[in-house]
Amino acid sequence: MNSNSLERNQKLRTAGTYLFFIIGSIIMIFPFIWMLLTSFKTVAESMQIPPDFFPAQWIIDNFKDAMASLPFGALYKNTALLIFWRVVCAVAFSSMAGYAFAKLKFKGKNLLFSIVLVQMMLPSQIFITPQYQMLAKLGMTNTIFALVFPGLVSAFGTFFLRQAYMGIPDEISEAAYLDGCNHWQTFVKVMVPLTTSSMAALAVFTAVFAYGDLMWPLIANTDLKMMTLSSGLATLRGQFNTNFPVMMAGSLLAMIPMVVLYLFFQKQFIEGVAMTGGK
Amino acid sequence: MAQLSLKNICKKYPNGYEAVKDFNLEIADKEFIIFVGPSGCGKSTTLRMVAGLESISSGEFRIDGELMNDVEPKDRDIAMVFQSYALYPHMTVYNNMAFGLKMKKVPKDVIDQKVRDAAKILDLEKLLDRKPRALSGGQRQRVAMGRAIVRNPKVFLMDEPLSNLDAKLRVQMRTEISKLHQRLGATIIYVTHDQTEAMTLGTRIVVMKDGVVQQIDSPQTLYNQPGNLFVASFIGSPQMNFLDAVCEVEGNNAFLRVGEYRIALSQEKSKKLIDKGYAGKEVVMGIRPEDVSDESSTRAEHQAFVKGTVNVYELLGAEVYLYFDMCGTQMTARVSSSTAAKEGDKVDFVLNTDKIHVFDKETEITITN
Repeated sequence: MNSNSLERNQKLRTAGTYLFFIIGSIIMIFPFIWMLLTSFKTVAESMQIPPDFFPAQWIIDNFKDAMASLPFGALYKNTALLIFWRVVCAVAFSSMAGYAFAKLKFKGKNLLFSIVLVQMMLPSQIFITPQYQMLAKLGMTNTIFALVFPGLVSAFGTFFLRQAYMGIPDEISEAAYLDGCNHWQTFVKVMVPLTTSSMAALAVFTAVFAYGDLMWPLIANTDLKMMTLSSGLATLRGQFNTNFPVMMAGSLLAMIPMVVLYLFFQKQFIEGVAMTGGK
Repeated sequence: MAQLSLKNICKKYPNGYEAVKDFNLEIADKEFIIFVGPSGCGKSTTLRMVAGLESISSGEFRIDGELMNDVEPKDRDIAMVFQSYALYPHMTVYNNMAFGLKMKKVPKDVIDQKVRDAAKILDLEKLLDRKPRALSGGQRQRVAMGRAIVRNPKVFLMDEPLSNLDAKLRVQMRTEISKLHQRLGATIIYVTHDQTEAMTLGTRIVVMKDGVVQQIDSPQTLYNQPGNLFVASFIGSPQMNFLDAVCEVEGNNAFLRVGEYRIALSQEKSKKLIDKGYAGKEVVMGIRPEDVSDESSTRAEHQAFVKGTVNVYELLGAEVYLYFDMCGTQMTARVSSSTAAKEGDKVDFVLNTDKIHVFDKETEITITN
């Protein structure tokens, strides 16, 4: 085989790889494009068979209708608070618990960690009823606390950060003890700064999960003004018919904050998704 | 600086494993003590008990007479240099060195002065703004030393601090540590499994095996008068030659029968063997490679001659190691590089009988050195 045919084969292989990824990208991006186009169509156009790819007329009434149907300001605020508190609590409590499970010696450590793991293995749906009952008895439904409550602690976060802390050699914390730190100071001044990338990954994972969480916000908060973007959008879906263009317009509006966040924290998003195995 | 006292120190883990058994040691001010022994002998565990990183199961550990068993590591006024250096990866060299002082709430200007002084001693002045990942192994090691120095602690603990360095740098840093000890006048406990480090650095060496102290002595005494067969084999490179022998006595003279050879011992050694009742008993004879020479080398006053064929010839520049077989045992002779002996040659080897060590075969304790 001469060098020309080697080069040709190499080019063909590269072209094949590119083609494969381009097709994959189109498949992944198509629902988003379809949502974008549908949000500018009329109801009739959106239901038309065979469908038209582009709208006959680019109308923005659907956006006006969506904004009139839903209190978007409140939904944005509630979603932002939900994400903020879920991220803060998950990262803070998971890092403390993860550090304890990874580095401290205490009786019953393995048993307690097994309980954390068991929580990860059970389907989250089985916790919904007891959690709702607790909130209802406390009279805390339709509050921000109700939205945040199930995410105050994260079994996955505890497990994930425990692994991160286990990757730090014991000598580092021992050096800190000898340098005059107690457990808390060792944790705050030495261990936390060493796990910031893992914490950022957990924060991204938690934020994405909180943003997309539908079932719990729908159950905990029934007042439209206390709903999140995801649960608010779900109210646009009627029992017998759905105005798809308005719903798509609403979804597009709901996506804006996440897209902006992604543009700012693209690196952390990708690292986070890669590290946590989330998707 | 400080005096340390370890009395009947034991370390027993919950699973019943005893890592350190009845460890006793008095360390004087400014001493450079070396803990040496094979892996798993308990030397690092003892060091960690001194540091407060491991609890003491029983016994008493005192610094300047004050009981330290239950004192937190941070309150013991001890600095430690770890094998992995354990530098804080997120801090610069300056902050790594200043961290301990910051925790003690020392004024900033004092911290700055101390860090810069230590950096000057260790030639780290140009590296103060770097993070540990941007340093070479030797530089990291120096930062770890600097972190210990700035705190001016009562005791320095070093846990195999040179084992991650290449051979050349290790020799260089060994000298640096020795200089540092003289300069600071510090009390140092140094753990190593490298007997060259032990011999060159220590004022006294603690040889350990299976959690038990085998011998505590100066490097010279350990080398010349090992307390038992383990110490004799562990200290010295290449290690001492050992041969199974039978003690034969004629009048006031004792001989060691090794196969076809009958090796006469000096009056002093003979007396010890006879007095201790070893006549006719099996013993182990030990002789260091430098006390075995070939014919061409200078002969010692008291000699025994053995014949052997050279199996392996190793030239080390200034000297040569000759490996030969004696009564089924591999022997090593350390001779001058001017030796005419080559691989396959039949050589008359000369044993310096004044330097023969004799050990009890059962207890392995030294009978005579």
